[in-house]
Amino acid sequence: MPDFAALKEIARNVRLDALEMTSRYGGHPTSCFSVVEILTVLYFAGILSFRPREPGWADRDRFILSKGHAAPAFYSVLARAGYFDLAELARFRTLGSPYHGHPKQEVTIGVEVTSGSLGQGLSFGLGTVLAARLAKRDLRVYVLTGDGECEEGQVWEAAMAAAHFRADRLTAIVDYNKYQQTGPIAREMALEPFADKWRAFGWHVEEADGHDLHDLHEKLAAMRKSAGRPQVLIAHTRKGKGVSFMEQDYTYHAKSPTGEEYRRAREEILCG
Amino acid sequence: MRIGEQAGLEPGTRQMRDAFGDALIEVATADARVVALDGDLSSSTGMAGMRKAFPERFFNIGIAEANLIGVAAGFAANGYIPFVGSLPSFLLPNAYDQLRLQVAIAGLNVKLLGSHAGISTGREGPTSMSIEDFALVGGLPPFVILVPSDETMMAAAVKAAAEHEGPVYIRSSRGEFPLVYGGGPCPFQIGKANTVREGQDVTIVACGLMTGIALDAAAILAEEGVAARVLDMHTVKPLDRRAVVLAARDTGAIVTAEEHLVRGGLGAAVAQVTAEEHPVPMRFVGIRDTYLESGTVEELMVKYGFSTADVVRAAHEAVLAKKGARR
Repeated sequence: MPDFAALKEIARNVRLDALEMTSRYGGHPTSCFSVVEILTVLYFAGILSFRPREPGWADRDRFILSKGHAAPAFYSVLARAGYFDLAELARFRTLGSPYHGHPKQEVTIGVEVTSGSLGQGLSFGLGTVLAARLAKRDLRVYVLTGDGECEEGQVWEAAMAAAHFRADRLTAIVDYNKYQQTGPIAREMALEPFADKWRAFGWHVEEADGHDLHDLHEKLAAMRKSAGRPQVLIAHTRKGKGVSFMEQDYTYHAKSPTGEEYRRAREEILCG
Repeated sequence: MRIGEQAGLEPGTRQMRDAFGDALIEVATADARVVALDGDLSSSTGMAGMRKAFPERFFNIGIAEANLIGVAAGFAANGYIPFVGSLPSFLLPNAYDQLRLQVAIAGLNVKLLGSHAGISTGREGPTSMSIEDFALVGGLPPFVILVPSDETMMAAAVKAAAEHEGPVYIRSSRGEFPLVYGGGPCPFQIGKANTVREGQDVTIVACGLMTGIALDAAAILAEEGVAARVLDMHTVKPLDRRAVVLAARDTGAIVTAEEHLVRGGLGAAVAQVTAEEHPVPMRFVGIRDTYLESGTVEELMVKYGFSTADVVRAAHEAVLAKKGARR
């Protein structure tokens, strides 16, 4: 079993990193906070198989960040997983660095796919699964999408095709934080019945508390046994999780706390 | 009169899409990394043969162009060389976001085959025509744009595309093109224009089907006392700047001819080079800021101003302008 106390500490540090990075040069802090535990379990609880010192290892599992605006949390996790030095995080969004505002494919630092325009990661993931199958490589592909992102038609094109090709090495994780940029999803563009939609497209569906490290680990580990069908984990999360005044406040979608707010946010994460 | 007849070109022996299909099987035979990804158009694009020859390396991704390009990017990122087959009028506008993000910005090794390009769909009407593909693909920095002018060149272009490291768009057509290269071997190097006729009075820069038209025009111009050079600019991007500059210096007048909107196409690219390096009088034959209608290829070329006669007229105008400029 993973050391959940250690995982909790990693998650706290990733959240702090994301806060600091977005406060400096901008970004999407609340979209980062909602995926912190998901990323932590994937990279530090033995779900993903990878080699930071051999980033191009052909049999590595692939993690695809389809919701590219969560890049700061992703870079923090990559640094903490050993892909590059933690000090590199200071170069986020700066000239000459590979840590772009939204990820640009650079396998040497653990970034498998270019993202930023929503809805595209699942297709890339399916292509990777089909390519691995053809090359007889034993690997899995995990794609993390946003919930609002599932309004994109391409997500459902990919969902249909993945079931058709019986892509059981493909796992989607939806960060279901219930908000999109301009408001609550239920108000702006209803997704429900969300799980039923995936089922209707031929996917094996699980749901989890997206901030519960145990629950996430248990579900993701169990889903690996699913045969013949792609799987989706609907992770129920809170946008801005960890900072009380940012939680579920969509006005912080593309706004970072500064000054006194930054200090309060930092304090809350440290004490959380 | 059929295209190429005036220039003494033999008619094509098969459609461009079939030449593509055979060439794809050839490169797939030589290189196990080649896979074919279809947007449910293999019976139209020439990819159907690949489905029979290498079923394990053929994937019909269905009528979903955005997903098609994402899947192609996934293959390319894992060391495969995906050839994506579709109609550019469907593929490019539908999946432009995916082409930009997953292929162009990521710099992935994806090859696009755009069949039925230009106006070759004729009677299908304006929605099926692809008269803006150079402009669209031209807006994606790492892409190479190849426009074979006959079936022999199609084979060479497919091979070159497979060997080129980076994204490539190959324009193909439903129809048969006259044999610009006589059915024999065809010189082909990405980014290097072929001089298919020598001349000193004016240069016609053409690509694709318009190369045959340009050669017809040059034959007529010769009878009228004008010696036209014809460049087969099979690579629209990156453009052979040297060939354009030499044409400007040697002949002092340039006409471009393309089965595409004049805006954002071959002519604009050639004019950018002459403007920077060696300005000369130019005329642009192609489609002027409009959509076409249903009809035969020949009818449409005449009505919309990019027939052989239009190229001849433009060449005379350019030569006159050159003489005027000297006075």
